[in-house]
Amino acid sequence: MSLSEDDVRRVARLSRLAVSADELPRLQQDLSRILDLAAELKAIDTQGVAPMAHPGADAVALRPDVVTESNRRDAYQAVAPQVEDGLYLVPKVIE
Amino acid sequence: MNLDTLLDGPLRGLAGALARREVQAAEVARAYLDRIAAANALLNCFITVDRERSLHEAEAADRWLDARAAGGADAPASTLLPPQLSGLLAGVPVAHKDIFCAEGWRTTCGSRMLENFVAPYDAHVITRFRAAGAVTLGRANMDEFAMGSSNENSWFGPVRNPWDTSRVPGGSSGGSAAAVAAGLAPAATGTDTGGSIRQPAAWCGVSGIKPTYGRVSRYGMIAFASSLDQGGAFARRAEDLALLLDVMAGHDARDATSAVRQDGSFTGLLGQDLTGLRVGVPRDWFGSGLAAGIGTAVQAALEQLQRQGCVLVDIDLPASRHAIPAYYVIAPAECSSNLSRFDGVRFGHRAAGYRDLTELYERSRAEGFGAEVKRRILIGSYVLSHGYYDAYYLQAQKVRRLIADDFTRAFASCDLIAGPVTPTSAFRLGACNEDPVQMYLEDMYTIPVNLAGLPGMSIPAGFDNGLPVGLQLIGPWWQEARLLQVAHAYQQHTDWHRARPAGVPGVSA
Amino acid sequence: MSQWEIVIGLETHAQLSTHSKIFSGASTAFGAEPNTQACAVDLGLPGVLPVPNQGAVERAIRFGLAVGAQIAPMSVFARKNYFYPDLPKGYQISQFELPVVQGGSMTIHTAAGEKTVRLTRAHLEEDAGKSLHEDFHGSSGIDLNRAGTPLLEIVTEPDMRSADEAVAYARALHGLVRWIEICDGNMQEGSFRCDVNVSVRPFGQREYGTRCEIKNLNSFRFIERAIDCEVKRQIALIEDGGAVRQETRLYDPDRDETRSMRSKEDAQDYRYFPDPDLPPLRIDEAWVREVAAGLPELPAARRVRYQRDLGLGAYDAGLLTASREAGDYFEALQRAAPGVDAKVCANWVNGELAAALNRAELDFTASRVTADRLAGLLRRLADGTVSGKIAKEIFELMWTEGGDADAIIDARGLRQISDSGALEAVLREIVERSPAQVAEYRGGKEKVFGFFVGQAMKATQGKANPAQLNELLRKLLAG
Repeated sequence: MSLSEDDVRRVARLSRLAVSADELPRLQQDLSRILDLAAELKAIDTQGVAPMAHPGADAVALRPDVVTESNRRDAYQAVAPQVEDGLYLVPKVIE
Repeated sequence: MNLDTLLDGPLRGLAGALARREVQAAEVARAYLDRIAAANALLNCFITVDRERSLHEAEAADRWLDARAAGGADAPASTLLPPQLSGLLAGVPVAHKDIFCAEGWRTTCGSRMLENFVAPYDAHVITRFRAAGAVTLGRANMDEFAMGSSNENSWFGPVRNPWDTSRVPGGSSGGSAAAVAAGLAPAATGTDTGGSIRQPAAWCGVSGIKPTYGRVSRYGMIAFASSLDQGGAFARRAEDLALLLDVMAGHDARDATSAVRQDGSFTGLLGQDLTGLRVGVPRDWFGSGLAAGIGTAVQAALEQLQRQGCVLVDIDLPASRHAIPAYYVIAPAECSSNLSRFDGVRFGHRAAGYRDLTELYERSRAEGFGAEVKRRILIGSYVLSHGYYDAYYLQAQKVRRLIADDFTRAFASCDLIAGPVTPTSAFRLGACNEDPVQMYLEDMYTIPVNLAGLPGMSIPAGFDNGLPVGLQLIGPWWQEARLLQVAHAYQQHTDWHRARPAGVPGVSA
Repeated sequence: MSQWEIVIGLETHAQLSTHSKIFSGASTAFGAEPNTQACAVDLGLPGVLPVPNQGAVERAIRFGLAVGAQIAPMSVFARKNYFYPDLPKGYQISQFELPVVQGGSMTIHTAAGEKTVRLTRAHLEEDAGKSLHEDFHGSSGIDLNRAGTPLLEIVTEPDMRSADEAVAYARALHGLVRWIEICDGNMQEGSFRCDVNVSVRPFGQREYGTRCEIKNLNSFRFIERAIDCEVKRQIALIEDGGAVRQETRLYDPDRDETRSMRSKEDAQDYRYFPDPDLPPLRIDEAWVREVAAGLPELPAARRVRYQRDLGLGAYDAGLLTASREAGDYFEALQRAAPGVDAKVCANWVNGELAAALNRAELDFTASRVTADRLAGLLRRLADGTVSGKIAKEIFELMWTEGGDADAIIDARGLRQISDSGALEAVLREIVERSPAQVAEYRGGKEKVFGFFVGQAMKATQGKANPAQLNELLRKLLAG
């Protein structure tokens, strides 16, 4: 397998996805299969080829520096799990 | 006038009858909503149906049409669309893939994560359909966050293929394709990241188009892989798609990748003769991986095009055989980052009983996302992480360039490319459960098109053991009108697009 | 002295003074109610997309030109991925491999002289929101108004060798970003924040020591204090046989010490990659030329001009170029008082005026004494109408009560007594009633001269022309 259980735990942690011990072996197997597929890329000669990050426009369009948005806090917070006094609440952030 | 005939005819005809007030928008909407009510339990094409809201939209369209018919100058003209498009689809019902945010409609993206998310704004596509007067018929089922090729990855259950309900409709826009195929909607929107319009269109026997990257604004279309995602449409006929694209496509300043183009109407080339058009055929795509029945049907379609005046030219797309590995690095990389915003803080699912911030994140995301989405997020994090970036991500971007360059070279000797959409026809539900990679291979002919940002279509081209087969048409950048011309001409000489599945409850075939 | 050499580099976040955010049309105004200036894009709601602000890019170009850097014809926005509640999308849009501004330098002046600090780069990025930790019964409250505010992160090479130099650099940079009007420089509101990288090494060693980064210093004093304590900590650690660990630290001003930020459970792996929502940022030469044409004279050029053309000293030239407003005031003063010596103008601007502004906490543009009014006063000083001492009193009156110098001089009879007949009469009287002091003076006690000057000034209420007074007095005393 191209991925170890530790690799899976590491990326799960990076991705903030809880993975239980039960799920781990299956995930390790599935992810290894996908990586095996991707491993085929390594053999391709890409010497001197410029990477292509965007298929279309080669220059980003810019926006004029104008304020176009007004306060829609109530509408946006209507879909929020927990708010108080206009703030989104999360468990205490430790610095 | 028989309503069923009108509903199953061209969109242009339906829009015309509505405009002439021969039929009421509310009547049309009600007829479709009745069909949906009868068939959705079996097919599960829709995640959300809101009869009242749809009828409300239809009644508004009727008032607008009445005013216009009476010569009322005060009919609400939209400033968003040019005058010839404003109200173009007034009263025409459209099903929207549940990936386009629509204010007031629950927008789930097929995920538990957004099970209760009512969008506070419209996607650009939705805004344009509203301005054209179209009526939202409901929210079409899809693979979660558009990740999948079977529509089995929906939190809201799989969609069934109307041609054989033991089979999948394809994905990720499976609900949209199946709804049009079953006659539950005359038109539907979809998105295509690696084949998510063309593959279900092929498997459900309808026409579907994925425009050039940048043609349709991605604003408000929930992102899977930003450099690949493109909105498009499903309908029975190519000419319907041209009409839909006229409404959907157009520059949007809120999407920095949206193109500024002056290409005219997508209906512009419809009806023009095909004589002398050079159709490139990638011979590699007809190898052993392709099911015999599909090869036969596609070959017959190519011969039909030849009879209509096209010249077939063999072309070579050697790098496209690496498209799947490149895609399964690039798309997960982008998705791992795009889906980070689903963290249970500002919207979406939040787990109960977390003890700290990390648990809130990890459990909300673990509960909110399904297995395929998690796999792709994890792979994406992996290929971007320290020590793997160059070998996987950067290398995939280089291979992507090789694939795009192949197309550029090919288009020097042909005007468009034609070939199969999928290597096999619709498989049975659960057939790919054991090995996710098996399903990835279904997209081998569609993915290269997304990597290169090209426009592509699938149109019905026959059957393989009773299951629909699609013909894929691929054009150079911005050449949708050319694809639509060829597809329309083909449909003038063939009947595959008229075939209807039998036994859809509430719909007379 | 210590055998340790200090090595310092700075990363400064300057909030760019745009009206709207870097990727959305929401306002950047400071101090709004929580989350009322966080639009769908700032909140990272599903489906929304970033579109870069031309005004932010233009400010980056201004900066690049001002420090003699390369403006990249093509630069790339990249995503820096990590989870934090004040980071709505789970990634920050920044620039990584290809920043918009590359290279450049700043000249700094310290007691030790002039020095060049090389810049590595400056890149555009979006700011995060704020976590508020108080008053939410064990929860933190998240305000995303600041999320998406444009930042220019300006990174130096490790070229500074003392806290003095670091502060001089920070001040010069602070002056520059305000000078070219790309940042309001308000440190209390967080518009200008510095991260300081500090390491020590034995003098003569080529390799750098292990560095620590002290984050988020928002005053020059804290920069100085934080460096001082961090340097002491590192030296003590090494001298005790320990080793410095590379880490991020915070400066605690109450305890005047730096402390390690609670270490993240796993090493950060930001998984940078080009933002697929944003094709490359392209800046053509025409745009750069247009921005260059709109740039004001820069502080370094102005400083050279003041020293070379006006003959000002380094100290005065430095003060007058610490802000654009100081120099502009000085130049307006010169224009309005053509006959007055530049050094006198500089002395007044850097002396009386600067002190008054400082006391009133005003900047030059808000001065209660305008350059024209001050010019009126300096003209009277130059033509001998008033003495320097009286001029200062008049300045105070102009500052507190307004009005112009001539009106005050007339109304209060402050005109200098330059009539030698009148002055001589006053002096004679003083000499006559002070025989003892006259005798002392004539006996060789030169210091007694001051007594007569004092008496004369007292008698004339300070209005005596000092030069004339000296001359007449010496004559009289010589007998």
